[in-house]
Amino acid sequence: MKVTFPHMGYLYVPLRAFFSQLGIEVVVPPPISQDTINLGTRYSPEFACLPLKINIGNFLQAAELGADTVVMAGGIGPCRFGYYAQVQKEILADLGIHLDMIVLEPPQGHWRQLFRGLKSLAANAGPVTVYRAGALAWAKLKVLDKLAKNQFVIRAREKVRGSTTQTWRIILDLVDQADSVQAVYIAAEQGQKLFDRIVLEPHRDVLKVGLVGEIYTLLEPAVNLEIERLLGEMGVEVVQSVYLSNWVMTNLVLHTFHLRNDGEHYQLAAPYLGSFVGGHGLETISTTIFYARSGLDGVIHLAPLTCMPEIVAKSILPQVSVDEDIPVLTFMLDEHSAEAGIQTRLEAFYELLKTRKQRGHKNNIKQIKNESTILGRKSIIESLSWH
Amino acid sequence: MKAYLGIDLGSVSTNFFVMGQDEEVLVNIYLRTQGNPIKAVRTGLARTQDELPPGVTIAGVGTTGSGRQLAGIIVGADTIKNEITAHGVAATSLVPTVRTVLEIGGQDSKIIILRDGIVTDFAMNTVCAAGTGSFLDRQAERLGLPIDQFGQLAVRSSNPVRIAGRCAVFAESDMIHKQQLGHPMEDITRGLCQALVRNYLNNVAKGKAIEPPILFQGGVAANAGMKVAFEEALGIEVLVPKYFAVMGALGAAQLAQRQVSNGAETRFRGFEVSNWDFHVSSRHCHGCSNCCEIVEIEAGEKSLACWGDRCGRWSEQNPAQIA
Repeated sequence: MKVTFPHMGYLYVPLRAFFSQLGIEVVVPPPISQDTINLGTRYSPEFACLPLKINIGNFLQAAELGADTVVMAGGIGPCRFGYYAQVQKEILADLGIHLDMIVLEPPQGHWRQLFRGLKSLAANAGPVTVYRAGALAWAKLKVLDKLAKNQFVIRAREKVRGSTTQTWRIILDLVDQADSVQAVYIAAEQGQKLFDRIVLEPHRDVLKVGLVGEIYTLLEPAVNLEIERLLGEMGVEVVQSVYLSNWVMTNLVLHTFHLRNDGEHYQLAAPYLGSFVGGHGLETISTTIFYARSGLDGVIHLAPLTCMPEIVAKSILPQVSVDEDIPVLTFMLDEHSAEAGIQTRLEAFYELLKTRKQRGHKNNIKQIKNESTILGRKSIIESLSWH
Repeated sequence: MKAYLGIDLGSVSTNFFVMGQDEEVLVNIYLRTQGNPIKAVRTGLARTQDELPPGVTIAGVGTTGSGRQLAGIIVGADTIKNEITAHGVAATSLVPTVRTVLEIGGQDSKIIILRDGIVTDFAMNTVCAAGTGSFLDRQAERLGLPIDQFGQLAVRSSNPVRIAGRCAVFAESDMIHKQQLGHPMEDITRGLCQALVRNYLNNVAKGKAIEPPILFQGGVAANAGMKVAFEEALGIEVLVPKYFAVMGALGAAQLAQRQVSNGAETRFRGFEVSNWDFHVSSRHCHGCSNCCEIVEIEAGEKSLACWGDRCGRWSEQNPAQIA
């Protein structure tokens, strides 16, 4: 069995580790490029959202490299993602491409299906092997999320444009190559040391912008046209609202055991939206409010074109923006997104935020407070403990 | 005397504006880009030099528009700013209390919301170019009307026909249909203006608080029919500023003045640039899987700048004012 899976940011690192530990051969699809997008859009329904199209591109490119099995997440709820796997199966079958599809359904009410999916993957592996594979993947995901968070702080203050991005690529490889939990933590510390070596301008006047919206467009740089890097290089510290490790912990683990602890956070959205609308629609509203109240300068909302939950959120955001006095910019992304148009809007948004801040907007006070605490490098970066 | 030059290199027009120290207008040129931005910049520079009163020196240059990087490299700009900021700055300089700017250019349309002289919100058309200058140009041509008469004709109509404005292609076929039924030309042009305004308000301006004073700028503001259609739809007076067609360049000139207000020396290469030979080449970089398209601009043998790379490998050496 040669297993592949769709790309989503650096998710390939923990997934590669997980399957390799189970003794399964892994084919990581080539990084998402224009070729991937062309392939995907060619064989997908036009009005499907961009993630489905790019998944198809990933699968076809992986099949070319010899993959014979796809592991895909399933889903429940109003978002179309829930039947992606089924639709993709049909598309691949129509193309005459023989890829087995193993769909991992979320544990909420689908215990048996999840178990069946896992069992077909790891037929020969004992519980200890499965546990070890899970622990390694989890360690990789956790350290990468933490380093990614630091990356946003550093990039906004880097002296040489591009130095953070270069270092980040090296770090991804370091963590990817680590073959035990212990090695992962060593790689992470090494990575942090590389970050520490980047020359900063600690006094730079940095704006803070939150990224909210749909998970795939938030996490996959090839889809959001590397918005995190573009903003960072403009001198904007990005505050990313979704980290996969948090998401897995809250939605898959805590949720299953009825231990979710984010009820209060959701309550923020209650005056605008009273119920779950699928995907991340509700989170988009509540997180925007949360960011406004924590003194961020602005919020950027990302979603794939035709995404229903985010369309609901988008129509509410103008009111939230007025009530909470925070500028919000929405990008609906698809394969036709023009980089030049996005660049122009980002620059204009940056000017808008900067002028507001200079005019002594209320958030100014909080900003200055933040600036004084980040003068020393230690405090810029969350002190790190990996265990 | 010191003066400041603003250049708006747009898809359809390239505009030059020179403003004196006390914001007096010295030069104001509107040129068609005609798909050759470098030539447009060179021609415009030469004409600016001719029209400039004697004894005036350029102390700062700003560029804006979709070709702002290119224009900025060619002339040596002190500031390169996006068109939303430039239009906002220009509008507030003319009407300090302005709260809404409707801007329709050659290929894009935008709305800018301002409060107390600062931009608080904006939007640009994303998926559709219906209602922009290019579309109106084309329809006027199809009707055999010079574009400057299009608006006059529309204003005369008292019985506009209803034209579907959701999509430029469908608007055109609907318009042909109405023509074949025999509707008079003025009713059709008026109907088209209304359709385009509906499209703008439902797409670009969706969810924006449109409050007076409203300025209508960009090339399309020359069309009296569009102004009237906006006023009808909004029920508020819409002002068209005197320099509506070159507001981007006006804003760029003001941004240039601000940029050098600390006494900095301008980076302006001088008017002789209009005689230089510029060459632009593009290639794919194969440094990684991104396969970025790299664009390089050269003057003679000398490379001036590169852009298009994601990693900074090529653009690292660019002058600082280029983003």
